[in-house]
Amino acid sequence: MAAIPTTASGIAAAVASKQITAREVIDSYLAQITARESDIHAFNLVTADAARAHADAIDADIAAGRPIGPLAGVPIAIKDNLCTHGIETTCSSKILEGWKPPYDATVVSRLRDAGAIMVGKTNLDEFAMGSSTENSAFGPTRNPLDTSRVPGGSSGGSAAAVAAGFAPVSLGSDTGGSIRQPAALCGVVGVKPTYGLVSRYGLCAYASSLDQIGPFATTVADAALITEAIAGHDAMDSTSIPQPAPALVASVSQGVAGMRIGRVTDLPAGAEPEVIARLDEAFAALEAAGATIVDVTLPSLSYALTAYYLIAPAEASSNLARYDGVRYGLRVNAVDTNSMYGATRAAGFGDEVKRRIMLGTYALSAGYYDAYYGKALKVRRLIAEDFERAYTQVDVILTPTSPVVAFPFGDKVDDPMAMYLCDIYTIPTNLAGHPAMSVPFGTGAHGMPVGIQVLAPALGEAPMFRVGGALENAAGGVK
Amino acid sequence: MTQDPLSSIIATEAQMLEGGWELIVGLEVHVELATKTKLFSGSPNRFGDEPNTNIDPVTLGLPGALPVLNKQAVELAMRIGIALNCSIQPCIFHRKNYFYPDMPKAYQISQYDIPLNIDGFLVLPSGTRVGVERAHLEEDTGKSTHVGGATGRIHGSDYSLIDFNRAGVPLVEIVSRPDIRTSEHAKEYVAELRAILEVIGASDAKMEEGSMRVDANVSVHKPGTLFGTRCEIKNVNSIRALGRAIDYEARRQIDVLDSGGTIRQETRHWDDAEGRTHTLRVKEDADDYRYFPEPDLVPLAPSAEWVQAVRDNLPMLPAARRTALSALTGYDTQSEAVIVVVERGQHDYVQAVVDAGGDAVRALIYVQQGFADAGPVPAVPAADLAKLTVLERDVKLSATQAKTVLAELVEHGGGDAAAIAAAKGFEAMDTSAVEAMVDEAIAADPGAWAKYMAGDEKASGAIVGRVMKASQGKADGKIVTAIMQSRRG
Amino acid sequence: MSPSGTPISAADVAKVARLARLDIDEASVVHFTEQLAKVMGHFSDIDALDLSGVGPMTQPFPLVNVLREDVEQPCLDTDEVLDAAPSSDQRRFRVPPIIGLDD
Repeated sequence: MAAIPTTASGIAAAVASKQITAREVIDSYLAQITARESDIHAFNLVTADAARAHADAIDADIAAGRPIGPLAGVPIAIKDNLCTHGIETTCSSKILEGWKPPYDATVVSRLRDAGAIMVGKTNLDEFAMGSSTENSAFGPTRNPLDTSRVPGGSSGGSAAAVAAGFAPVSLGSDTGGSIRQPAALCGVVGVKPTYGLVSRYGLCAYASSLDQIGPFATTVADAALITEAIAGHDAMDSTSIPQPAPALVASVSQGVAGMRIGRVTDLPAGAEPEVIARLDEAFAALEAAGATIVDVTLPSLSYALTAYYLIAPAEASSNLARYDGVRYGLRVNAVDTNSMYGATRAAGFGDEVKRRIMLGTYALSAGYYDAYYGKALKVRRLIAEDFERAYTQVDVILTPTSPVVAFPFGDKVDDPMAMYLCDIYTIPTNLAGHPAMSVPFGTGAHGMPVGIQVLAPALGEAPMFRVGGALENAAGGVK
Repeated sequence: MTQDPLSSIIATEAQMLEGGWELIVGLEVHVELATKTKLFSGSPNRFGDEPNTNIDPVTLGLPGALPVLNKQAVELAMRIGIALNCSIQPCIFHRKNYFYPDMPKAYQISQYDIPLNIDGFLVLPSGTRVGVERAHLEEDTGKSTHVGGATGRIHGSDYSLIDFNRAGVPLVEIVSRPDIRTSEHAKEYVAELRAILEVIGASDAKMEEGSMRVDANVSVHKPGTLFGTRCEIKNVNSIRALGRAIDYEARRQIDVLDSGGTIRQETRHWDDAEGRTHTLRVKEDADDYRYFPEPDLVPLAPSAEWVQAVRDNLPMLPAARRTALSALTGYDTQSEAVIVVVERGQHDYVQAVVDAGGDAVRALIYVQQGFADAGPVPAVPAADLAKLTVLERDVKLSATQAKTVLAELVEHGGGDAAAIAAAKGFEAMDTSAVEAMVDEAIAADPGAWAKYMAGDEKASGAIVGRVMKASQGKADGKIVTAIMQSRRG
Repeated sequence: MSPSGTPISAADVAKVARLARLDIDEASVVHFTEQLAKVMGHFSDIDALDLSGVGPMTQPFPLVNVLREDVEQPCLDTDEVLDAAPSSDQRRFRVPPIIGLDD
């Protein structure tokens, strides 16, 4: 048997050319899961039997000469807030424990159609609310690079799964940095596409106007490959951009000669010195590769955190109201329906979810709407306009992904504000609806990985991947 | 519903309630749109199916489900807006957040401060103009059945069962301005609205089946003073009940106020059997729906071309139909015959009878009197009815005979009027035969004839009676009178 | 201080918990009030912004008139859905008596 490639593109090529079988690929990754999952806890559920059956079916197709998809045989881990028909989908919440959706998310069916094989559902901060995966009702995920540290969040399970070699690629969701921040903390590539590029149908909503699904991968090219596979218009999502999926893999190797890269001169402070040092090295590397560095200002950026923590909880308070014990999920019995609601939701949701529901309910309630939610929507526009102005001068903008490297468990759990500050550099993109990605670029304190964030204007995935590819090339020479 | 501080439309003295009180009514009417599928998803919009069969992820509010707006629902809502003289504007959807087990997502997708249709009006057949504040799109809820306890009511029930087939069915909520001053006008408004909705194909608008639901905001005040505190009356399931409920509620409020009490803003339930309203719930500040723009939907901005196309394809509305029928028959637009025939949608049929050579006035009256239950397209072929109207017009049949033939036509779904008349022995009376009969009658009762000749019109009755008896009712009374008049000179 | 000028109070927290149907005891109300007050204290930064003339941004990507044709799609399987429900009876979702709720 040939060696199992470590990238999705390598696996797809080897399987399609019959160098290896899909079953060999799956068995190899399942073996890795068996070896390390008890230390990492990346998954809420490993779908080993279904994965083997799926692999066998693909191998049968290949043997029979039937057509196969472009990702045939590629193992993929799916964040457990994406609906999978007949397979438990929990959002890492007690309120959905045991729930088997009667339908598939659009991204799940697209990946299956492409031949990708789901190996399991990954852990997350409950309903994607958090930056450390410590808010999972089923226990935290540990960072594969140092299991005393968090993997980031909320898509910590998906980031850890790729970092631990449980799958070459995975899917996460990103509302305020939930793909990019754990990617940075686990040393993998993470992409949040333009809002509307990837269908949200079947993604259990946290904040509808901010949520976007995207991939984790070990390489920028694999991230581009998975983005291509899941992108493109979906009639089931009214906010889906009516365009076909863009071709992105080719951009990765195009280089950055002639590109204008933005450096934010008024970037909110707070990043660790090693993180700032890596960012400076990234600029230098891109300049050496032929790009021009241009200073830009984003004066409203510092208000992004406030806008986000009003808008996201407000939408969440409404999105999570459906978990009421009537049609699915947990019910705590009570003498009447109203009491049942209160008891069910008190028992089913964790503290962070409750905090955000209450915060959002407050921000929308009579007498406060204008002062909070209404105002936040205006700040959101200011931030988007800041970016628009900047993108008349530059093609992409570079910032750190996270101000800090992976931190120890318990470091921030009792201080919500400290946890929220982890997303200070990732949140603005979600507010603007733009694409952004995190590329591993050397290490910081404690030898933990640092991620550099590439931000691009709406539908600017192609230039974003060009810069991502260049950073990946340069990262080899960074400590 | 916004209420202007002062009444702009003041009731006439005749409409004023005793003690100088003026009634102020605004109506909120919910209508289910006649689409094939739900407002935001593809499961069927169909009444009467097995419970929980017309369901999909959106209808059930499953995690991850997303709404996509039904184009036909928008089209029907625009028809309603145009028919009610509204402006159609670019609009957005909002979420109205509240918990209730038949509301799957715990929010209703509705329209709030920027609805599709605004600022319209409806002119009632009586000529009264009622403002329409807005007509907006929203989704319906599921249906709860209360089990155990006394009578299937919520209170005292052991548990409830929910069927989500109706959840997500498209509704348009039509909110009138508080321009209605009498219960009669309220009834007229609903009747006219229902006729419009049927004519434009927007809804079957059946109050009894719940596809049209009317809530009444009722208050009383003295003209020239601020509007009184209003109560919202729910559970009004027929037009008749609406009138009764408003009259009861006005009386109740006046009694409270006259005895020095105050009206509490509340929702009241109309009990049709008891003929009274009772408190359902008191409106409190706790009504906090936390409206905010629905992030899963994008704005709706119908193009001018689309609006024009909907306008161009709108069928003739009841008011225009009344005008046309009035022109055809000479009857007033506010006459009962015209109003009733248009309300039943039978104006086209009357026109068809006339087109088939029938007499317009007789066609209108026959349809009004003989086709109450026949629907818009009666079974009797228009040509058959046309023949009957001609027979009567040409005095081949008396009015009484014509009525009998009409009953036969209705019973058999048509037929040859002349043949039916012949079979009944209604052969036409020759005028000369009638003249002979008149002469015989004069000869038989010279005293009556003398009085008649002297100008005593009442005396004619004896002569006419003799002719009718001799002809066994076949002679036309009008002809007899005409002959007598000619004999008198 | 919050943009409305007053920090969130325990009474506010108790009220929003009721609105959001979250049963929380008094000790939790105190705890959540402290945390939320601290978080909302940070929100005062936007008070200084001049937002006159700035329109609200409710959606990131400007789309309009996204409509579907009025065509029936397959429905979910009633048994599969009811099997996932906490309680069902007579092909319907069963809930405790509906009291304490409006209407």
